[in-house]
Amino acid sequence: MHSFGYGANALFTFSVTALAFICAIASLSDNFSNQNPSTEIQILNINRFKKQSYENDEVSLTLDITADLQSLFTWNTKQVFAFVAAEYETPKNSLNQVSLWDAIIPDKEHAKFRIQTSNKYRFIDQGHNLRGKEFNLTLHWHVMPKTGKMFADKIVMPGYSLPDAYK
Amino acid sequence: MGWIGETVDSIKSIKIRQLLTQAITLGMIVTSALIIWKALMCVTGTESPVVVVLSGSMEPGFKRGDILFLHMTKEPIRAGEIVVFNVDGRDIPIVHRAIKVHERENTGHVDVLTKGDNNDVDDIGLYADGQFWLHRHHIMGRAVGFLPYVGWVTIIMSEKPIIKYILIGALGLLVITSKD
Repeated sequence: MHSFGYGANALFTFSVTALAFICAIASLSDNFSNQNPSTEIQILNINRFKKQSYENDEVSLTLDITADLQSLFTWNTKQVFAFVAAEYETPKNSLNQVSLWDAIIPDKEHAKFRIQTSNKYRFIDQGHNLRGKEFNLTLHWHVMPKTGKMFADKIVMPGYSLPDAYK
Repeated sequence: MGWIGETVDSIKSIKIRQLLTQAITLGMIVTSALIIWKALMCVTGTESPVVVVLSGSMEPGFKRGDILFLHMTKEPIRAGEIVVFNVDGRDIPIVHRAIKVHERENTGHVDVLTKGDNNDVDDIGLYADGQFWLHRHHIMGRAVGFLPYVGWVTIIMSEKPIIKYILIGALGLLVITSKD
């Protein structure tokens, strides 16, 4: 029972078990953090609103996004992935979610920000339903941990709408 | 002369019994590993409950060599979820984030567009020719948890098969030569 092989095996098993236990505890501790993120989004301008040649509406807009996501960071947080999506309903589709902008927030200092940006990804409908369309802008965030369970949530802001005519 | 033959026989029979016990123990270990794997497949609802990240397209969140735990439910796919999908014609699953979702009224059929966090463009170039959206049947699971670095063992074993053979050979040797 005292050979090198047995000793190495015992050490290896113990260290793997200990590591697994620590990872599990780290992940569990995330459940106890208090989180209260906040955000505000304004549409500064509708830059372009047209019907593409193959019949889908497309919008380009400029957004002013303010957010404070600092409370999402715990000691087990590696980064927070945040994105703003336009969400709306059309006769054909019960739900459309189109991501307009996203960012990777690597640490707490960067988590409180205000930016003005045009949409990073094209806002294209499946069809031509966007004239006068009312939609929600939702800020989603995904917390990616150093180890363990990832979790996500969002803030829904209703009440935005597109113009009634193309421009 | 009779008892020499007897001793030789008893020595031979001990070896055979020991060998058989070891073979059965090995079989039990392999079978219980398989049972655990299949049970995991049932619980998580996906064919591969654990995947290894192979590329850097989701950095800095997921690096090559990390492992992801997957789960699949009947819940509809929503934007922001990290999904693992297979493209027709390719056998390596891809782990990216859904950035656009269009869900049909009534049927619940869903069109999904994905993009790797670290990529500049969305995944249209990765889909099959003429395919613009992913559908539910392409998606194997959602990533719900992750462990860093553990997947390197799998990457090394698949990229340098020699190491796989060495490992299995060494394990086999250990089993045969151990006294228990």
